Amino acid sequence: MYGLGIVKGMGVVLRHFIQSYVDDLKWAGKGGRYYNDEAFQVRQGPYGEGVKTVFYPEEKLSTPERFRFVPFLVTDDPPPGQRWGHDWCTSCGICAKVCPPQCIWIERGKQPNGRPKPEPEKFFIDIDLCMNCGYCAEFCPFDAIKMDHDYELASYDRSSAHIHDKERLSKPLSYWREIAPKKAEAEDLARQMAEAAKAKKKDKDGEAREERLAEAVSRQLYYQGLQY
Amino acid sequence: MTVASTEAANGDIPVPDEVANNVFITNIAKLLDPVYNWSRRNSIWPVTFGLACCAIEMICTASSRYDLARFGMEVFRATPRQADLMIISGTVTKKMVPTIVRLYNQMPEPRYVLSMGACASGGGPFKEGYNVVDGIDKFLPVDVYVPGCPPTPQALINGLIALQEKIDQQSIATAPWYNKKDETAGLYPVPVLGPDLVDLRQLDIIRQEAAKYQAEAVAADTEAEPAAVAG
Amino acid sequence: MSDTTLDQTAEIPETGVVQTPAQEATAKLKELHPNIVSDDTREGYEGLIVYADSIAEVARTLRDDLGFNYLSSVTGVDYIEEGKLEVVYHLYNISRGGGPVVLKAQVDRDAPVLPSLVPVFPGADYQEREAYDMYGFHFQGHPDLRRILTWDGFNGHPLRKDWKEAFYEEDYKPFGSRWPDGSVFRAEERNPYGKNVKYPPGWVPTGDEYDVETDVYLGLSYSRDATPGLKTDKVTVNLGPQHPSTHGVFRMVVTIDGETIVDLKPVMGYLHRNHEQIGERNTFNMNMPYTDRLDYLSSMSNNLGYAITVEKLFDLSVPERAEWIRILMVELTRICNHLWALGFLLNDLGALQTPMLYYYLERELILDFFEASAGSRMMCNFMRFGGVAYDLPDEVRGTPTMKFLEELIYNRLPRVLEQGDVLMTGNEIVKARAIGVGILSPEDAIAMSAAGPLLRASGVPYDVRRAEPYSYYEYLDFDVAVRYNGDIYDRYLIRIDEMRQSLRILEQVLPHLKRTTGAPVFGEKPQYALRAPRAGEAYGRVENPKGELGYYVTAKRRGGNPERYHVRAPSFINLTTLGPMSRGHKIADVVAILGSIDIVLGEVDR
Repeated sequence: MYGLGIVKGMGVVLRHFIQSYVDDLKWAGKGGRYYNDEAFQVRQGPYGEGVKTVFYPEEKLSTPERFRFVPFLVTDDPPPGQRWGHDWCTSCGICAKVCPPQCIWIERGKQPNGRPKPEPEKFFIDIDLCMNCGYCAEFCPFDAIKMDHDYELASYDRSSAHIHDKERLSKPLSYWREIAPKKAEAEDLARQMAEAAKAKKKDKDGEAREERLAEAVSRQLYYQGLQY
Repeated sequence: MTVASTEAANGDIPVPDEVANNVFITNIAKLLDPVYNWSRRNSIWPVTFGLACCAIEMICTASSRYDLARFGMEVFRATPRQADLMIISGTVTKKMVPTIVRLYNQMPEPRYVLSMGACASGGGPFKEGYNVVDGIDKFLPVDVYVPGCPPTPQALINGLIALQEKIDQQSIATAPWYNKKDETAGLYPVPVLGPDLVDLRQLDIIRQEAAKYQAEAVAADTEAEPAAVAG
Repeated sequence: MSDTTLDQTAEIPETGVVQTPAQEATAKLKELHPNIVSDDTREGYEGLIVYADSIAEVARTLRDDLGFNYLSSVTGVDYIEEGKLEVVYHLYNISRGGGPVVLKAQVDRDAPVLPSLVPVFPGADYQEREAYDMYGFHFQGHPDLRRILTWDGFNGHPLRKDWKEAFYEEDYKPFGSRWPDGSVFRAEERNPYGKNVKYPPGWVPTGDEYDVETDVYLGLSYSRDATPGLKTDKVTVNLGPQHPSTHGVFRMVVTIDGETIVDLKPVMGYLHRNHEQIGERNTFNMNMPYTDRLDYLSSMSNNLGYAITVEKLFDLSVPERAEWIRILMVELTRICNHLWALGFLLNDLGALQTPMLYYYLERELILDFFEASAGSRMMCNFMRFGGVAYDLPDEVRGTPTMKFLEELIYNRLPRVLEQGDVLMTGNEIVKARAIGVGILSPEDAIAMSAAGPLLRASGVPYDVRRAEPYSYYEYLDFDVAVRYNGDIYDRYLIRIDEMRQSLRILEQVLPHLKRTTGAPVFGEKPQYALRAPRAGEAYGRVENPKGELGYYVTAKRRGGNPERYHVRAPSFINLTTLGPMSRGHKIADVVAILGSIDIVLGEVDR
């Protein structure tokens, strides 16, 4: 019969329409469907039915641990009374070298005698170039640069707001532990293992180079069956 | 209730104490602004205008999960003449930028530009390319920048909320689109494609550079030959 | 084959007698044209070097006598040290499958003239135009040799090695200015114009700049048989670059007679963002996130193609679990892409938004999975040379990963396909608009180098996953979807078929993923500065959702950067069929025909 296909299709639309109310009823006794964390979790997961709208900004989808937005630098938690903790960055420059759009600028710190110091003097990321690829975080041997989860960066002006300097980039370790707890834990473990390996090697040939440390860290992250 | 004239705008007219509780001094603009801005901010219609990767996230933002209709922005108009907002969603290339400027000029005022993603804001990862414009703000006034490559739908909505906040701060009394003396004010010159992109506002600089080069060439005439033309 | 243990050594042993179709044809070709073709003897290179003037003749022999009737890729290469420009042709045998016959024609850098292959393979059209645009090859006999990605009047040929762009810093990345004494700057600060522009030295604008539009219109044919009845004027209209149904910044210049299309020319380059030029400056690693932005709807597949190509060049092997994860990702991407394509195709056919919104809800779930495993919804950057970046995550949106995948693969995705069938497939309006419109015959499809669903909907069962299997596809059980009418409706149906086959593959992949839990996903320690162990070239191709995606990469020994990095973009080459398919139809059909080709501008223009 001509037109049957259209009628059937409308049936699908009708089912969707009804389904949203069925879902409403299901949550009616459990604190309502809207602005309810539990309902929100179910609705956004693989079993969600009905209307799946995220009421941003009131509700926000959680970001997974591996989520990557613009990078930030990890520092120690600042000691009481101080604003900044110790930088983890050693200004080895690997992030600047792997960065595909070359959006990282690092000025290596100098000791008074002119020799390089394992600390960045200045660190800039131009987030107008950054492609959020995550290479810097992936290849950093010291876990010192990480991808942030804060995506709410809209601004009215880019001339000043879009080049992040060291102050803007630095965030304490506790922040990283907060946004990616499992990943941070896995990294802690890997660092401990690397530390142990380094101590062993030191006994053997008297010298443990930082490269070896880097090697161990990245190796363990992949080899120990760690998921992060 | 007294309505002061628009000139005496700022409410610093002295009011005798005995009538202070009965008098409310304001002006039309102040009364109208909330209504005016409320209606404008909740019916921002964007142009259907997708450039690159970010456009996909823009479409996702407009579709059911993030649902721009909650902000009254779901009406994507295919013609610039019915639109208020242009979301520059993706890499702006030199070949495309004349079209974008032309589209912008066709939009009725008040018009807003939201630059979505790293590419539109500053060239992004493709900035070094020979066919890429390093930021649409070189050609158009941008109201809100949304960083990210690409910004997630939630980041885009965040940018749109920032735009709403900007609209809230505007006033009907000072809005430039009502007291225009010059018809062409607010229009931007459409760039031209020559051997490279030519911004018509920069013709003087281009001529100066050419003159400088000629002078150098003359100076270096005794030597072999001027620097080879690239390509 | 679900529980067969995989043993990569269990391939059919190659005896000296059995030759692949490509080897056979190569030997034959040398016999037939002894003075014209010779082996490419450079280290790490393969294929035949053909005397440039005879390339058309050799191609004709290959097509007519040896069965290599599919010209896949035309690549220009600049060998500045030898003073030569080279065109590399990859030809395939559609009926027998297998590897390519590679032809190379070398010409002088100063006078790059060679015959065009368009008379033999119409599919060479846009690729030759691209080579002309980027390198300045003059293809004699090409019907419409104009710039394609840049505009007419553009200064120079940008992919030549001695061409420098405005923001040029160094030949290769990483740039020295970033570390150890990096002082931040924006590139425009160092440009006299404050913009990414550069003019020929001494160039003065006259005001009447070259009219970039004239040639576009000249290319259109106005000739049409005088039809009886009312005489109407022919009108030329532009669809795009800003048009809601061109799927991006794509432009079609259409000559219409009344409502009927007389001729159609695609104009592209509005999203040309210099992927290849940037790719030749990048290190091998750096190109991976850039490939995400080629076909930005299916970034995982692009990653895979590039990873496979570089693994060929580097002789890397991939651990088993990584291969399964790759297939999982790629097939999910295929579903993701087809859901998107169908949504838009139906949108173009008049089913405004409803099917699209239903499809995207499921797509969002796949994106959630990508976000949890790779870190980004669209730009996954997930494959690495010799593995994948991460193992699967623990959980996705609060559900354990394997559970999430099972729910998706066994329940949700089949359900959405079924629902889509009920919603749209039987719809009379869709049928009326799609059946018999935009027909592409199998002969035309092959001749015009169409690939992917477009080719298979015309009745050519050619799928790279079967014809030249990569990864573990040879161990997987699936059918190559094929439809025989070659119209819009078949191209709609074939995408549903393909999604069903993808689900079938995914069902086979899941047990392997469970079995290999905890196994490494990376062969060797990931290095940030990879260097090519050998000089030479590699061509890798994968079956992308849009069609055959190929990468041509050459490297110098110990070089950290690809010397030539070329992408054979399926969307770009599939567009060759748009004009011939649209002729004679109404203007409203063009939009639907374009939708059924399923292009993504990031890949068309690169």
